This record gives sequence, C-alpha cells and structure tokens, in this order.
Amino acid sequence: MPARIAPLAITACTATCAAGRGSQAIARALETRAGGLIANSFSTQPLDCRIGRVAGLEQLSLPDALASFDSRNHRLAWLGLTQDGFLERAHALRERHGAARVALVLGTSTSSIGETERAYRELDAQGRLSSAQSRPQVHQPHALGLFVAHALGLAGPNLTIATACSSSAKVFASAERLLRLGLADAAIVGGVDTLCDSVLFGFNSLELVSNEECRPFDANRRGLSLGEAAGFAILERMPQSGKVEKDTPLLIGYGESSDAHHMSAPHPQGLGAERALDDALARAGISAAQVDYINLHGTASRQNDEVEAALIARRFPASTRASSTKGWSGHTLGAAGILEAAITLIALERGFAPGTLNTRELDPACGPQIRIDNSEANLRIALSNSFGFGGNNCCLAFARADTA
Amino acid sequence: MSAALELAIEGIGVCASGMPDWAAARELLRSGSAHTAQPFERPAPASLTPNERRRAPDSVLLALAAAEQACAMAGRAPRDLQNVFASAYGDLAINDYLCAVLAHTPLELSPTKFHNSVHNAPAGYWTIASACMASSTALSAGSATFAAGLLEAATIAASEAKPVLYVAFDIAATGPLAALIDCDAPFAVAFVLAPATAQQIARLRLDLQAHAAAELAPLPPSLHALQARNPAAASLPLLVALAQGETKGFDFALHADKDLPASALHLEISF
Repeated sequence: MPARIAPLAITACTATCAAGRGSQAIARALETRAGGLIANSFSTQPLDCRIGRVAGLEQLSLPDALASFDSRNHRLAWLGLTQDGFLERAHALRERHGAARVALVLGTSTSSIGETERAYRELDAQGRLSSAQSRPQVHQPHALGLFVAHALGLAGPNLTIATACSSSAKVFASAERLLRLGLADAAIVGGVDTLCDSVLFGFNSLELVSNEECRPFDANRRGLSLGEAAGFAILERMPQSGKVEKDTPLLIGYGESSDAHHMSAPHPQGLGAERALDDALARAGISAAQVDYINLHGTASRQNDEVEAALIARRFPASTRASSTKGWSGHTLGAAGILEAAITLIALERGFAPGTLNTRELDPACGPQIRIDNSEANLRIALSNSFGFGGNNCCLAFARADTA
Repeated sequence: MSAALELAIEGIGVCASGMPDWAAARELLRSGSAHTAQPFERPAPASLTPNERRRAPDSVLLALAAAEQACAMAGRAPRDLQNVFASAYGDLAINDYLCAVLAHTPLELSPTKFHNSVHNAPAGYWTIASACMASSTALSAGSATFAAGLLEAATIAASEAKPVLYVAFDIAATGPLAALIDCDAPFAVAFVLAPATAQQIARLRLDLQAHAAAELAPLPPSLHALQARNPAAASLPLLVALAQGETKGFDFALHADKDLPASALHLEISF
C-alpha cells in the first residue's frame, strides 16, 4: 500500500460542459436537474444519438495571439479558462511563483483530432493538406498543452497525459508528485476533450452509443451519450501553518492502476478499479466508511456500470452516497476526470450530493449507495472514479479543508 | 533551485533502424561511426503471441520490443513495474486510417482500429501482455516528449521509491501529416529506473533549471541526422554517455515551443 500523502490545497477550480459554463452554472444545473444532452446534429453524417454539446463554440474566436491554434478543442479550452476568474488566478499564480515554477499537466483523449478530420476533408487533389491546415502545433496529441502554455505564459514542466477516459484524473497524481518532490511550487491541472467524428463513429462502431439520453446504472440502460468539456484547477502545497481558508477544498489522495484485462472492456470483477480505490484510500489515510460521496465513472455502458456497481456495493456502507453525473454532461472522455472532480468539489462545498439523471429503475447490481435523487447532506470526504480504454483506472480523493 | 532526484538505471532497451537492440546500439555509439539507415522490419516482441503480433499496430510492437529489453536487463518482472509510455505523435498510421475513413465512409470505421487509436494503446497492450496491474501512463510533449516522459517516470520512481519502466517511441509519420511532422524513422528507447540499487548500470541525477543552457545536450555530428528524424531520438546524448561509460551532464528543453521561455531538465550521469 502506498504511504499517506500531505494534502494539497485546490485554490481554484472551474469546469464547462453542456450543462453549463463555469462552476456556478453547473451547480445550478445539477440542483435543478437540468441536463445538457440534445439530439445529435454534430457528426458529418447522421447518427441517431444524444450528445452533450457546448453551445456557442462555432461563434467563439480565439485572441489574435492564439489564433494559429484555432480548433474546436482550443476554443473550448479558451472558453473554459475564461470562466470563474480562472485566467486571472492563473496569471496571479505565475507572477507569485515565476513562470518556470508552475507545472502544467493536462489530459485529453483526442486533442484536436477534430481539426485533423476537417483537414482530411479538405485535402487537395494530390492528397496534400491545405496551407491553412499546415499547422503542426494543432495536429498533434500535445496541442492542448502547447495552447494552454501559450495562453497562460507558463515555462515549467508541461505534459499532456492521454490515457483515454482517465486522462484528466491522472493529472492530479502527476502534479502531486512534482509538488511533493519540490520540482514545482504550484501546478495547473486540467483537461479538454471535444466532440468529433472519431469518437462518435468510433464508440458507435463498438456498439456502445445509446440512441437515447444515457441512463447510468439503469436496469435498461442502452449505452453512453458522448459529450465535451473543459476544466482546470490550481494545486498548491499547504501553507506552513497547515491552515487554508475554510472553503478551500483539498486533494487528499489518488490511486492509479491497470486492469491487465482487455483494451476496451473492464475487468469483470473490477479488480483494477478496486486497486485504484485502495491506493486512493491509503494515500488519503482514510477508510471506505469515511467516504460521504462518490462521483462514479458510470458511463451507462452495460459492462462498466455492472462492474462499478458491484465494487461500490461490496466496499462501501449504505451511508455513502454515489451517483453518475453523465446524464447531465454526457461522457466527456479525456475531460471526464477534471469535470467530475469539479462536480465533486461543488458537492463538498454546497453539502449537496447530485443524483443520477435520466435513470428510472436502478440495476439490481446497485447497492443502496447509488442514488437517483439529489440529496442534501454534510459531505466532508468524496471520491471521483475515472476508467479508460486500455484498462486504465484512476480514483481521486478530496476533502473539505475543515475536516482534513 | 529545486531538489535533485537520484536514481539508478537498471536496464536499457533500444529499437531503431540499424540498432535492433541495446547491444547493437552500444556498439555503434561507442565506435563513433556514422549511423546508416537500414530497412526496418516490424519488431517481434516475445510478450505477444504470434497472433497478437500479426494484429498489433506498429507503435505497439516498437514500444514493447524496447520495453522487454530493458526489463530483461534489469532482471525485473514486467508485471511489478509501474510504467510510463511517451510518444510525441501516437500511432500516425492509425491516425491516418481514422481520418481517411471518417472523411468518406465514417460508418465503416473499424472498432479494433478505433480502440487501438488511443494514445495509451501500447501501455494497454503491455499491461495486458505482462499481467501488470500497476499504474500506467501515456503522455506527449511535442519535441520535448523524451524529456517530459523521463521527468514523469523519475518522479514516480522517486516519490514511490519503486522501480519504473520508461519507454519513449515514435513510428514514422504516414499520410498527409507527414509533410508537417519531423518523424520519418521509427525509434524506441526504454529504461528501468529505480531507487539506487546494487545492480545499477549507471546513476542518474535529475533536476530542473529555470533557463535551458544555450547549447542543449551535445551529440557527435555523425548522429545529428538520426536525432532529427524522431522525437524519441532526443535520448541519443544519454545513450552515447551510457555506451561510452562517460560521466556527463547535459540539459534537455522541457518545452516543445521555441516561442516560449524554456526551463530545462538537467541530467547528470555517472558510473
């Protein structure tokens, strides 16, 4: 088991998805059960499904200095950075620590592949890229990291993690290690993934996409709804006094593991997910019984929900609340980790456990932990699960500052 | 300006044109003779069955071939090792297939090609083949991918006090993007990094510098062409020092973008 870690202060956090721009809007959507899924009008050929599309990206333009990075993913990244005063806080952080001492660790599954798809639709008669698409800074997996480093003027360690749907959960783990070892004084973490033909037709080819709004943990669920999101957070070491402002949430643990089972199906007994959970609890120095809320991976695919429901049922008391919020946002893939971390922090701050949207009848595999309805409760410690293709698992543990 | 990490290199693996393994690479890098490109055959990593090898993407074969060498040299069981797989571009052949199919017949997309398109496909195949349930990461950082991945692997080894497998690799670019990307020769390098142990091949000391040295890691002119052909070949100065058994220190830029002020990963290698 890993050793307990010192908590990190999360001094800023923001997210944007189909359910809302910024944390306030997302909190309101959760509380009023106003989901963001709409009929698919996005793919270049018809596909009968619902999607979590962020409105307004087509009209958004990047600042001139960043215009050469233009892509849907970078427009969403920019929209995300400009919510909740995050950009100003990031600039202040850079001024305080120096550009080289702030690490930038971002996650994405598809980066700007949507722009590469467009470039392929516009190839010339010789099969060459147009001059407007001859932009290596866009057509690569690290495009997101390059774009955000430019946008924030950062010069420290900068890497883009791409482990499919666990990508922007694992950024918290990488940042914690850099801070613990003294290689950075603060870290900006986050993730962005946008809708594109690759994921719509790709998940469709695997027969994982529902033709209705996704219903996580429903006995009659038919698969996932795809979505898009951006989210960012600032991580800093605790001050010497050990005290932070009362409403500052903390990262208290994380666990990362592999299923060693299959590229696109979870381990049938959830052993990889359980290992990530155990490591997160150990680093946090807590027991499962102390967990008040869990934001589940809960994609509404048959296999994921069955395996995850069984894991929660066997490891947690009935008093732990658990839910999937993908009915609001869709599955935002490489951005799911940061989006659902942000939702978990909203839950801790407001004393409000979101339920599971669109779900009518819970699968019999679910224990009493998994809730359909929202509820109010004194939440002190919460987890967020993210699992990806390749059998890549990450579990994050958060706490309110006044309870750690 | 920051704490330095002290680690041992326990194992090395290389898979590239004219350098099918570390023994061949060491021979060439010791001699100082010019690298000549040779036809590159698909590697045949032993951890995959013949059937799996036939179906696996080139990126998976390349990465696993180097990974296996490093683990064998370290005498470490792959299933026990946390691992980091770094690639600047992922599998560009699958990327080309995806974008070409999506442009014309998106409903005909192959489900296997789709799940093989994730950046962590080599990491996924590696953990499945070696029954490894430890943490596994896949990342990119443009032309700074080798240094960024090495930093990530080193921080895991140092913070967990456990050995880590690190693999950096890229296959040759194919399709229309090849015109944009400086990557036309496959190259993979792997290390097993661990807290200092008895069986170490070399000691590695890493720290960060706010400003990269004007001259980054120097390399004999005979290797410049090879280094320019693949982001993972940024590892060559380190491999030359290991081949020659020479104590050395050098900087790697941590940023891919020349427009930004760059901090550097400073490495010192000793024996």
